[in-house]
Amino acid sequence: MPAKTIADPDSLVIAGQSFTSRLFIGTSGYPNQQIMLDSVEASGAELVTVAIRRISLDGAGESLIDVLGGRWRLLPNTAGCATARDAILTAQLAREALGTSWIKLEIIGDRETLHPDSEQLIAATETLVRDGFTVLPYCGDDPVVCRKLAGAGAAAVMPLGSPIGSGMGLCNPYNIELICRRSPVPVILDAGIGTASDAALAMELGCAGVLLNSAVAKALDPRRMAGAMRDAVAAGRAAFLAGRIPKRGYAEPSSPQLGLVGS
Amino acid sequence: MRINGKDWLLAEQSLGELLAAQGIDPATRYLAVAINGTVVPRGQWSACRLAPDDDIEIVRPREGG
Repeated sequence: MPAKTIADPDSLVIAGQSFTSRLFIGTSGYPNQQIMLDSVEASGAELVTVAIRRISLDGAGESLIDVLGGRWRLLPNTAGCATARDAILTAQLAREALGTSWIKLEIIGDRETLHPDSEQLIAATETLVRDGFTVLPYCGDDPVVCRKLAGAGAAAVMPLGSPIGSGMGLCNPYNIELICRRSPVPVILDAGIGTASDAALAMELGCAGVLLNSAVAKALDPRRMAGAMRDAVAAGRAAFLAGRIPKRGYAEPSSPQLGLVGS
Repeated sequence: MRINGKDWLLAEQSLGELLAAQGIDPATRYLAVAINGTVVPRGQWSACRLAPDDDIEIVRPREGG
């Protein structure tokens, strides 16, 4: 029987913008620029993250962004900011520089673990939303914080799976699943992904997408890992939609029990 | 004044002149400037007057996660 082709209407929509790929990817820490470009291409991502940084006063030559900007949609971040004030100014500078009102809002509350400062995050989200921004906050895996961020107008919430760059995967899958079940806005798993199965798990738990960087950039073969992440996110999403069987504490035979030889 | 966190002796009258003195082409894509915490739109750079105690941030996007 020939396979039936069905148009896939399962696109991700954030603030009215539709994405075919549910994988967002960062652009930092690759062995070189070509590997970064190849990896982003292989990931299938449509949205890539960039940082906003002071220029060298020696002059501003061509940057990576000149290469990226024409091919992918850029999502600037406020990485490294420790206060709502600095993050808000960084977001405003990003809007001026890139002509986008989308911002990955990141406010670090602890330099060692890079855990976000929830109090500053909620306050900055409120301010930026009032200023016309589409805010995607990187946050803790706390369902209450996620609810408050959505209430403050965040277009999506982006809880960490584990600390940034740690590669530990999802340390608290129960919380991630709970956030996904309750969130009125898309949930993007951000930070901590180590390998493809982590990304698949995030999607199986109900995340609308995955944002990652180090897992690809620092892999032995970033291009190949980017492809693995693309496939993992797609597989995890398909499994979520298909609906997994419940876990049981005992066996259940898959073959018929009637008509056994010798019975 | 301060530029990107460094003390600077003000020699120019306008933001446009300051950028030119630094060899920064104001037409460079993706540049953004803030003075004292407020973004100055690109179209206002040449006319934006500077003061000795201004705190200036000149940024552009870079690779990031």
